[in-house]
Amino acid sequence: MAGAFALIVVSTQPSFAQPAPPAPQARFVVVLDAAHGGDDTGGRLANGELEKTLTLALSVRLRSLLQARGIQVVVTRDADGTVEPDQRAEFANHLQAQACLSLHATESGSGVHLFTSSLAPAASARLAAWKTAQSAWITRSLALAGALNSALQQAGMNVTLGRASLPTIDSMTCPAVAIEIAPDLNAGHPALGGLDDPQYQARVAAAVAAALVEWRAEARQP
Amino acid sequence: MIPRYQKILFAVLLLGSLVMGLVLWQLRERAHQRLIAGQDLAPTSAPEVAPAEPATLMVASDSDGSLLAQLHSLPLPADSGARARAVLAKLLDLYAASDSSHPVPGGGSAVLQVFLLPAPAVAANPHAASPPQEQSQTGPLLAVVNLSGSFAAGHPSGIETEMLTVLSICGTLHANLPRVTEVRFLVDGQPRSTLAGHADLTRTYLTGDAPASQGAQP
Repeated sequence: MAGAFALIVVSTQPSFAQPAPPAPQARFVVVLDAAHGGDDTGGRLANGELEKTLTLALSVRLRSLLQARGIQVVVTRDADGTVEPDQRAEFANHLQAQACLSLHATESGSGVHLFTSSLAPAASARLAAWKTAQSAWITRSLALAGALNSALQQAGMNVTLGRASLPTIDSMTCPAVAIEIAPDLNAGHPALGGLDDPQYQARVAAAVAAALVEWRAEARQP
Repeated sequence: MIPRYQKILFAVLLLGSLVMGLVLWQLRERAHQRLIAGQDLAPTSAPEVAPAEPATLMVASDSDGSLLAQLHSLPLPADSGARARAVLAKLLDLYAASDSSHPVPGGGSAVLQVFLLPAPAVAANPHAASPPQEQSQTGPLLAVVNLSGSFAAGHPSGIETEMLTVLSICGTLHANLPRVTEVRFLVDGQPRSTLAGHADLTRTYLTGDAPASQGAQP
């Protein structure tokens, strides 16, 4: 018995002759979900553009920014096709992503609206119900929303934080936030701050990318 | 000397006249009765209008995504279901106004019905301490709000605006009928996946989901 104990102690000692290999860098994947698509057009925006078109454009823009910063990005759609909410969540859950962002646009309100699931936080369970799978991730989702909020406010944007019941987000098993872009009514000029303003879109995308870089740094901290 | 056939003819004509007179008198009586009956149906007293009572409406604001409690005075029926429908109709009338802080077309007519049922947690517990009848009179209630299809079709699309509508309905119901703890939605009597593409209408909303806010007079 004593011999066995000694053996265990010896086997757990680090070897000084050969340094331990560095721990592999944790994989960091971001899922971008351009909401709507195909038959589901989403809302109609002031300039006649459809929400599905704007969310796809924003997804493409954000993917470029994130890939340029060395972040692996996977999108739920890169064309105008129908993707059901359950399919989007299945896709994100298979990837075990570190951040899942659902992109939306609206003419109501002002600035950027950040929504996390309205489910009550729950302990992680081996088997989670599909419609409430996000409940185990609420704390991390709120932290991600906080990081996005900081970056967007630093970029001078008006941010509204809220909780919502959204079928896609509620089934995701990753830190998940719905980002809804509304016109920036504080832009100071009627031609600026509209949803069709490329500069406004670029500002939002840059702020979101900065937040995800910060989120990655936080995730890699021991 | 009057011939016999003339006597018979006279008697027949006299009898016919009497019969026709009788029938005419009966028809007159019937018409008179109908007239009297009609007079009975006429309103003889003005309908009772429910007295105006204070009602708390959780009014949404798109500018900051908040719900603000506003006190309004409006006539409210005694029946709980009708009362719930009246406060929601007033809330949606506010949203349909031109100066609304949360513009949504449709107005009060968009609330087709509000059904109040024992909340499932109570209904599913037959071994509860109090008898079922008492529970249904004092226990928590589930409100099923049936909205019109035109209201859902005309609702602005967006997560924030749709959630504000849903939460303000939940909050208003709870503020005026505290026993309402859960709310479900139907559109034209049928389940619907989302209000206008975003807010989930398949789930049961807890009235505690509506954030608390400060009160104000309109």
